[in-house]
Amino acid sequence: MFACIYVPNFPVAAALRAEPELKTRAVAILEGKTPLERVVAVSETAGRMGIAPGMTKAQAELCAELALRPRSASQESDAHAALLDCAQSFSPGVEDTACDTVLLDLAGTESLFGSLPEISRAISNRTAALDLDTNVAAAPNPDAAMIAARGFPGVTVIPCGKEAATLGALPVEVLFVGQQTGEEKKAADCLLETLERWGIRNLRALAALPEVALSERLGQEGLRLQQLARGAAARTLVPVEAPLVFEETIELEHPIVLLEPLAFLLNRLLDQLCARLASRALATQELHLTLELDPSFDLENDLPDLPSNQRSKLNNQQSFSQSAIGNRKSEFSRTLRLPLPMLDARIFLKLLQLDLNAHPPGAPIVKIHLAAEPARPRSVQGGLFLPPSPEPEKLELTLARIAGLVGANNVGAMELLDTHHPEGFRMRRFTAAASSKSGCEKTEDVEEKSAVTALRRFRPPLRAHVTLENGQPVSLICRKNDVQGAVLWKAGPWRFSGDWWEREAWSRDEWDIALQNDGAISLYRLVHDLLGGWWFVEGSYD
Amino acid sequence: MSTAVFSTSAAPGRPFVFDDEIEAEVLCHPRGVARSLPSPDHRLASVTPASRLAIRPAPAMVSSGILSLDSLTGGLPRGCLTEICGSASSGRTTLLLTALAAATRRGEFCAVVDASDALDPQSVAAAGVQLDRLLWVRCGDLEQVLRATDLLLESGGLGLIVLDLGDLPPQAARRIPLTTWFRFRRAVEHTPTILLAIERHPIAGSCSSLLLQLSVSNTQYPVPSSEQTSWNPSHSHLLTEREINVELIRSRLQRKPACSVTFLTQTAWAG
Repeated sequence: MFACIYVPNFPVAAALRAEPELKTRAVAILEGKTPLERVVAVSETAGRMGIAPGMTKAQAELCAELALRPRSASQESDAHAALLDCAQSFSPGVEDTACDTVLLDLAGTESLFGSLPEISRAISNRTAALDLDTNVAAAPNPDAAMIAARGFPGVTVIPCGKEAATLGALPVEVLFVGQQTGEEKKAADCLLETLERWGIRNLRALAALPEVALSERLGQEGLRLQQLARGAAARTLVPVEAPLVFEETIELEHPIVLLEPLAFLLNRLLDQLCARLASRALATQELHLTLELDPSFDLENDLPDLPSNQRSKLNNQQSFSQSAIGNRKSEFSRTLRLPLPMLDARIFLKLLQLDLNAHPPGAPIVKIHLAAEPARPRSVQGGLFLPPSPEPEKLELTLARIAGLVGANNVGAMELLDTHHPEGFRMRRFTAAASSKSGCEKTEDVEEKSAVTALRRFRPPLRAHVTLENGQPVSLICRKNDVQGAVLWKAGPWRFSGDWWEREAWSRDEWDIALQNDGAISLYRLVHDLLGGWWFVEGSYD
Repeated sequence: MSTAVFSTSAAPGRPFVFDDEIEAEVLCHPRGVARSLPSPDHRLASVTPASRLAIRPAPAMVSSGILSLDSLTGGLPRGCLTEICGSASSGRTTLLLTALAAATRRGEFCAVVDASDALDPQSVAAAGVQLDRLLWVRCGDLEQVLRATDLLLESGGLGLIVLDLGDLPPQAARRIPLTTWFRFRRAVEHTPTILLAIERHPIAGSCSSLLLQLSVSNTQYPVPSSEQTSWNPSHSHLLTEREINVELIRSRLQRKPACSVTFLTQTAWAG
């Protein structure tokens, strides 16, 4: 058996759920852009006053007692969520048919909730408690339940074999409720007009039509409508799936001030999360760690019995109270983004430890919340003759350790920017997942090319005092001892400029010069900043 | 406690005990207990004689990207430390980028541990290196360089790891203890990783399997005379067709006398 919960006049019902004080008044819902707003739904009271859907706002405002409200998607979404919650409290098999219609599979629920009429009344009472005025119907098949809920007010129970008899009195318009979009509405209007011309006004008359003649005139759609009218349509529900949430939380009796106990708890949470992900054959590519802090914690007052050696340990080691710089926030969040889906609790723990070492929370922790975003595990086809490549898990750990050593901005892959600026590049994340197109290539073509002269940059560039002769550098002095002396050879200048439309405009003349040092001749790039007037040595050609 | 009796070559010409041609002999245990070798049929065939323990398989050689250098050394050896030395403007970085380009073209991932933050991304791209296969570690001091290199060697999976110590002052470079170089060599042994060190002077001692010295031939440029205080070549003369001289100082992989080759360089824009 199946049950259907239907909310008639859903936009009005959602507005009344948000403002219960409007239940005694006439309400009309407006939709559209100013000044072309129109009435799309009216309450029963407003209907009796002559307000109808399609009226303009100006026409509706002529009625003084009418309460006009704009259509609210958030209110309707909340009402729909409440409807789903109510349905799922009675049955795990719930179909989200429409925003105002929900179907339930009542198989096996009679032993829990009683007979079908009792279940139906319980559902109706529950939706009333949620401030939703609904029709509830139970029938042997889902479509019959849906038509009964849309056609009969209150609670309806259709016994087996009585579908056609019960539904027969309903008008044919009930078969087209819910078809609001343009194309569907046009087709529905056309069918209704045809049935009207034939004198078919209720489902009993439609069910009595000969099938062959009906299919010849209305096609498969006509046969489908006839099956619905007879209450004989059979289909399976498409149950709604609850979103997968992988979260673990632990609340602490005493705040944590050291990293070691935090790591112990994180290890436990990660083991549980990974086990849950593994049970569903999933991995994760993103971990969210949220720590609830206790900034008012005082080491002296709240831990007075702490032995002195441990107190000094807390004061000397990296404890959160030491690293706090007046952190008055109550929550601390970190997100760990992985290059590939992984499922290794030890790697996750190590990465979190390295991240917390670099970014300590700043206050003792009273609650730990860890969430993992599920992702499909990666599938990699191994090969016997592929070039060596680093394992993603080990590489991620290595990069995190190196980032802790040199800084997160000083490790990664380089990416050239679309600019002529000499330092036009940025660092981006390095992953070992290069595209397969850039795989092995034959190197014979390399041997035909000459090696390209490379520049070694001085970062920062070396300021130089340059002596000019006829506008050309003839000697320079630099703070670096081996980059100074008379200019033996020079080539240039080449003028570069850019970003003149930005604040960081730049303009420079570049020279390639040769200096002699200890018998060897070295080539350098000498730059004259035209905007600042400075000279500096940018690098050496090596 | 088990004991094992094995002998080394006590005198020149004396055959080893475990050689197949030698019959069983009576050996004296150090405590005077006479023990006899088993018969030839039951010899300890699984025990390798000490002379054969020194034989190691030759490392695989891969192209450095420069034909003349490959003909000189056979390429760059995998699982070994190679040192490339030279003064400023001697062509070290050019050779380094060419080797990186060849490695990334083979589909390998590479890493550069940059002690002086001297790498120029435009030069790297112009050399043909695939940027998404190159990890760049920009270090601030020597300790970071050594620690980062340790971590990369431990991680494994990289085809080429470069220690760029080219701009490090000689006294700072000499402060790296030999034990560190020994540790690097041991870490890279039996792996397919090439460990390349760029420096001004050799500092790894016997830990490096290949030592190359680079210099530039200055004969292509005229020496300024007293009348001509400076020479103003066009840019194409100054930077193109530079002859880089590579001298093989030492190779533990093959017994070769010291010899040298040259290769030419060009700029990316001069064609």
